Amino acid sequence: MQQPMVEFKNVIKKYDDNQILKGIDMALEKGKFYTLLGPSGCGKTTILRIIAGFTNASSGDVLFEGKRMNDLPANKRQVNTVFQDYALFPHLNVFDNVAFGLNLRKVKKSDVEKKVIEALKLVRLGGYEHREISELSGGQQQRVAIARALANEPKVLLLDEPLSALDMKLRKAMQYELRDLQQRLGITFLFVTHDQEEALAMSDEIFVMNEGNVLQSGTPVDIYDEPINHFVADFIGESNILPGKMVADYQVEIVGKVFECADAGMKPNEAVEIVLRPEDLDIVAVNQGQLVVTVDTQLFRGDYYEITAYDDDRNRWLIHSTNPAKDGQQVGLFFEPEDVHVMRFGESEEDFDARLESYEEED
Amino acid sequence: MRKKQLIYYLPYALWLLLFVLAPVALIVYQSFFDINNHVTLQNYVTYFESGTYLKMTLNSLWYAFLITLITLLISYPTAYWLHQTKHKQLWLLLIILPTWINLLLKAYAFIGIFSQDGAINHFLGWFGIGPQQILFTNFSFLVVATYIEIPFMILPIFNSLEELNPSLVNASRDLGASNWQTFSKVVLPLTMAGVKAGVQAIFIPSLSLFMLTRLIGGNRVITLGTAIEEHFLTTMNWGMGSTIGVVLIVAMGLIMMLTGEKKTKKKVTMK
Repeated sequence: MQQPMVEFKNVIKKYDDNQILKGIDMALEKGKFYTLLGPSGCGKTTILRIIAGFTNASSGDVLFEGKRMNDLPANKRQVNTVFQDYALFPHLNVFDNVAFGLNLRKVKKSDVEKKVIEALKLVRLGGYEHREISELSGGQQQRVAIARALANEPKVLLLDEPLSALDMKLRKAMQYELRDLQQRLGITFLFVTHDQEEALAMSDEIFVMNEGNVLQSGTPVDIYDEPINHFVADFIGESNILPGKMVADYQVEIVGKVFECADAGMKPNEAVEIVLRPEDLDIVAVNQGQLVVTVDTQLFRGDYYEITAYDDDRNRWLIHSTNPAKDGQQVGLFFEPEDVHVMRFGESEEDFDARLESYEEED
Repeated sequence: MRKKQLIYYLPYALWLLLFVLAPVALIVYQSFFDINNHVTLQNYVTYFESGTYLKMTLNSLWYAFLITLITLLISYPTAYWLHQTKHKQLWLLLIILPTWINLLLKAYAFIGIFSQDGAINHFLGWFGIGPQQILFTNFSFLVVATYIEIPFMILPIFNSLEELNPSLVNASRDLGASNWQTFSKVVLPLTMAGVKAGVQAIFIPSLSLFMLTRLIGGNRVITLGTAIEEHFLTTMNWGMGSTIGVVLIVAMGLIMMLTGEKKTKKKVTMK
């Protein structure tokens, strides 16, 4: 395996008695787009600050290209940060902001100019060199902040919720640009966000965090399709989470009925939780449905209808449908066995992976 | 509507008229009269021709400069430390507290401390190097003037440090700046407004300090402030006193302009 760029080994961070990070292990490889995803206060920004060198781990090792860098000061690390509030120097113009790091390293003046102009072109701000920071819009400031970090040619770029201050449309555009930039430059990106859509859209790999732990890591598709527990399923996208029971391998009982599913390797009659994504539920005629529900309300979301329905046992079902339904109407619901995602209680990521492997080999 | 707003403005306008504009006008008016009440420009001629007044002016500027410089050198690090310390509000209070005590009281306290029989000479006595003449020296004048002015320098600098976005410091470190480079390239330029405000608050009043020059400096340091006092109270040459006053006002105006916020930097036009 390739030497990871950044590696965390059992990293713990404490403030007084408060554990912010509870033993983080992770490895970031060269040239990939990683995202730390979690609610505020989950410790994701602390991980970023530890890599940047703004704060120290209380215990554990932080490795950079295989060497321990716990005690390396921030200004000696080959890592640059794009800050949430951009942190552009208000007393310097765009050129001097981007040139800040280069000037410190005593780069030749002609080279500085070349690199600054290059970096600004990269973020599509060519010709803005002599603008003052106060003359720029939020989106432009955002780009200057990215150009400033990239001009230093870091091996890892850290992005601390950089899009959160932008409006919806600009945010979507910047998602494309960041992804594109990362792929062109081949630098490792570590992106911090609480926005699951952002994480799913851009990442090669996502770390889902809560309360100082990494709950699950994997590709966006893995995490979306096979959430490891209630929290991940709930945090990543909308979902119907229901209690269930594994009757046997590939058979699960939900709301009193037995359905086929794609999971196995559990004890017979083990209590589990089931995730059904709202877009996997198809509305069909009552006699064709595996379940019958009554439509309660629906919201038009533009590209789909978000329909809330209840079955006879008063379980709530969330359905995304391109076609509207009628309030109070009885409809059937249909879903494939692969749409039923089974989650065991208290299963760790390792056990989960091992179980998946054990029965996938059998197939 | 507009009338109502004018009424709110009235107290301040009256104040401005009675205690700022009228006195300044009176001083300017007085400066054109000699001691026998004849209209003349002689006061200004005297001021610029006799070396005494010019020397006095330079003296004032020099001591005001020294006081400001020493105060700044002490205050910036203090404010910086204060900004990073835990119990800021408490320390800040302790720094502000002495300003609530009357200036005269503080001056008299220093007379006691610095005198031949005072605390400092007692202390020096233990080492066999006392008693020394401390009171009525230029040194003691500078010490006391600095002591009195320090809070007025610390406060604006402290405020500008507090307003500084801490992520700018992180950004600077992140881009490879050492602690010193971060200070000189980011922190200092961004807190210059506080430094300027402090310099204004100290340099200008220091130009016309007169009581301390007498009580602590023993009239060895003759500043413009002392000269004005002498002309008004001792020689009764109000015209000359006013002339010096006018010169002081002009000097203050100049300093305000020099240290004031400059209009935004001229934009470099792209070619």
